[in-house]
Amino acid sequence: MCSLKNIMMRTKNENISKAKKNESNGENSNNNNNTDQHFQLPIICDVDSLRTLIRKKTVRVVDVRKAEDYQQEHVPTAVSLPFAQLLEKDMPVGVIDILQDLSIVDKMPVVVYDDTFGALAARVAWTFQYVGHTNTALLEMTFSHWKNQGLETEKKINTFPKSQHSLNVNHNIHADASYVENAKDHPNKILVDARERLNFLTEHIPGAKNIPYTMVGANGNILRNAEEVKRFIENRGISTDSEIITYCGSVGTLSGLAYYALKLAGVKNVKLYSKSFREWKSLGKPKEEFKDANYWDLSAE
Amino acid sequence: MKKINTDVSSKHNSVSFPEPNPKWGREEETEVFAQKTKLFRQGKLSEDEFRRFRLQHGAYGSRLQMNYSMVRIKVPSGEITPTQIEKIASLSEAFSIGSAHVSTRQNIQLHWVQLEDVSEVMRGLVEVGLTTREACGNTVRNVMCSHFAGVCPDEEFDATPYAKAIARFFIRNPICQNLPRKFKVNFACCVKHGLVRIADIGLIPVIKAGVRGFKIYLGGGLGAASFIGHLLEDFTPQDKLLPTSMATIRLFDRHGNRENMARNRMRYLVHEIGWDKFQKMVLKERSIVEMTTAISTAKLFDVKIEEGTRELPKTVHTTTKLPMLHEQVTLDSSAYERWLHTNAVPQKQEGYFTVFITLGAGDITANQLRVLARTIRDFSVECTARNTPLQNFAIRYIHIDDLPDFYNRLASIGLANPGALTIASAVGCSGTTSCNLAITNSHRLAKEIQLKFLQLGLDTDDSLRDSTIKISGCPNSCGQHEIATIGFFGGASRIGTAMAPTYTMLFGGSAGEQGELGKAIMRIPAKRVIDTILTIIQLYKQERSSAETLNQWVDKIVRGDGRGSIKNIENMKARLIPVTQLRSVEEDPESYRDYGNDMKFSAKTARGECAA
Repeated sequence: MCSLKNIMMRTKNENISKAKKNESNGENSNNNNNTDQHFQLPIICDVDSLRTLIRKKTVRVVDVRKAEDYQQEHVPTAVSLPFAQLLEKDMPVGVIDILQDLSIVDKMPVVVYDDTFGALAARVAWTFQYVGHTNTALLEMTFSHWKNQGLETEKKINTFPKSQHSLNVNHNIHADASYVENAKDHPNKILVDARERLNFLTEHIPGAKNIPYTMVGANGNILRNAEEVKRFIENRGISTDSEIITYCGSVGTLSGLAYYALKLAGVKNVKLYSKSFREWKSLGKPKEEFKDANYWDLSAE
Repeated sequence: MKKINTDVSSKHNSVSFPEPNPKWGREEETEVFAQKTKLFRQGKLSEDEFRRFRLQHGAYGSRLQMNYSMVRIKVPSGEITPTQIEKIASLSEAFSIGSAHVSTRQNIQLHWVQLEDVSEVMRGLVEVGLTTREACGNTVRNVMCSHFAGVCPDEEFDATPYAKAIARFFIRNPICQNLPRKFKVNFACCVKHGLVRIADIGLIPVIKAGVRGFKIYLGGGLGAASFIGHLLEDFTPQDKLLPTSMATIRLFDRHGNRENMARNRMRYLVHEIGWDKFQKMVLKERSIVEMTTAISTAKLFDVKIEEGTRELPKTVHTTTKLPMLHEQVTLDSSAYERWLHTNAVPQKQEGYFTVFITLGAGDITANQLRVLARTIRDFSVECTARNTPLQNFAIRYIHIDDLPDFYNRLASIGLANPGALTIASAVGCSGTTSCNLAITNSHRLAKEIQLKFLQLGLDTDDSLRDSTIKISGCPNSCGQHEIATIGFFGGASRIGTAMAPTYTMLFGGSAGEQGELGKAIMRIPAKRVIDTILTIIQLYKQERSSAETLNQWVDKIVRGDGRGSIKNIENMKARLIPVTQLRSVEEDPESYRDYGNDMKFSAKTARGECAA
């Protein structure tokens, strides 16, 4: 991934076209003309780019770890949004409130990070995009990794004046239970379960394919490079032209990470079933189970 | 091909580790596998064709779920580097279940890998010089070598480079790509260690008149019908090792049974032809091989390049005693002493120990593998590990002064449990956790036994130390139940009105050159196995003569030579029957279920994947 320094050297037009190329589904690009103030982020923000943006004070960095972890230390200029707080207000109006409290305005570059292999950050980033914030990226690594690399941190609690943010729900990236249920009649709509293999084998939504979240990250990066993920889905006979709906066990974190992995691999139409398998089961919907083997007894956990 | 990583020990950083198995894994094979999988999914390759191809490349179908595979990683002679261990850790996390499994034949297995991801696992393995090629199917399987080779006080020379050279010569070799059935080669270090009598070719290194060579046993093997191998000749000099192996494989290829899958291992051929005749055929075939093998072909067998270049401590043949405070350990001993007593053995190199890592039936998590790899780098002078048929890892060349630090490092991640070399560490094949042929959950039973025995402190009892428990989930012998002091293989029995998982118990099996097969004693319900073993131990303690170990006592009973009230197998059975009785299924439904199941037991199996 090229760093921001290189990108900045190019002309403004190239810049905009790169952003559009990165995000062609609309959730992370602008419907109207881009402005000069905001650099359009790709899906993954690399360290060099983030540090440049931080120096230029043109980014909102969002730390989604627990409040006490944030208070210990965090990436410079980061604001705190503990993941649990997002879940409490996980409706479009509530999320707009959060954006405004964090002083995020429309189209402002937002980079999210966590210490949970990218899954919480992914769910937060997706939620921002869902309510209409079109310029959100995931930091390429977790906070621990950032720290292990010897990169700078700070203790200062950052607050910024409350902002205004418009609400513009992006229904294209969300799926609910009835949408998932109807999808099974469409051969081109593919359901992807992002839980680990043993959970998947135990029970899953009928017809789902398993891409465990453990497959999509590697070597300290929350996501592998696009070519690798692309090969994984091609091996599974899934075309990047398919519509893919991701889900996981409870609130769409693991599947949030899978969502971004698929976007990175070039799948244009990805949706997140954010209420995931927990809701599916509570609604008494059908499940596929596999009880003919004692696979759990192989685990050394 | 990507450059193979080299391991450099942080403790002993003067010598870099030789490239692990250069060209052993091949990237092009991973691409072919991905292609063939696609063709199979598109219906352009028949199921039979694909199965044969898949097994040839080490992917074994999972239990009643053919969309998943067990990926078997060959580790020739069990020698594995820290970098390879770390790679297996990441592959198990990404594509398997987050744990890896050490098999009884020095393979490492990743279970429940989606068929579409097998090529990705292979790709990762190639990067570190590992392969799954010919790990299953009708091929020469992983070549085993005693994990004590090179450090065993009783060995005449280190057989490891020979084992690796044989493995390299036969992998992808056209003469063994389509054998009647699988073919197993096991090297020992001495007459005591190693599985030489239960392999198609078993070899013990010996020196005669200054010449290196082997005692070669042919036609052994465990299975539904087992045989002990026959000695080919008193001494086979090392320059006849390759021609003897080639001759044997050629005869098997030519005369082996390709019709009846249940009787097509070489041991049946030897049995049908008769040993005397087969022996003559091998010797004759060997002279033909010697006369007709091109020099260029023979040169492909290169022991020299398989020898390690790392400078290792000199052999002095005065082994060092364990640094123990007490001769005996008990349940009250410190955890460290108990571990040391039951997991470490002195090497022939003075001041050095081989230490075993206790695992539950061979399972180890990805995080544990990573810590293990770092620990090997930091503490083992040879900077590698050996995985063993006891389903664990042996870390060798640990200096006596490093033992406490080594222990602490392992303890930090749950790898310093005691009992690796005792009766507590039962062997269990994968059973119903992943195998099509399995009837019972032998894997879980082995773990339950270990848990219980460690709780009871049976690992601290030296009179039980040379006894082994080995369990298979079906009559085939992946759990090697026939060479255990007390062995079990799974089945299903009608008890009263209901079906229950049961095990046939065997007594008195053993490995090594004097190895014998166990004798079947009786059937025991799965949920009574632990109580039965505990009763046997109790009876032994009542009946033994002073210094006799459990293993020796059991052998005596099998021979009918018991001195006390239990003289023979019949006496033993009579004493055990009360323990094995079940109440009715209505009164005690739990006893009619297998371990790991809350449902009614039923014996479900599908076609075996062993033979293609």
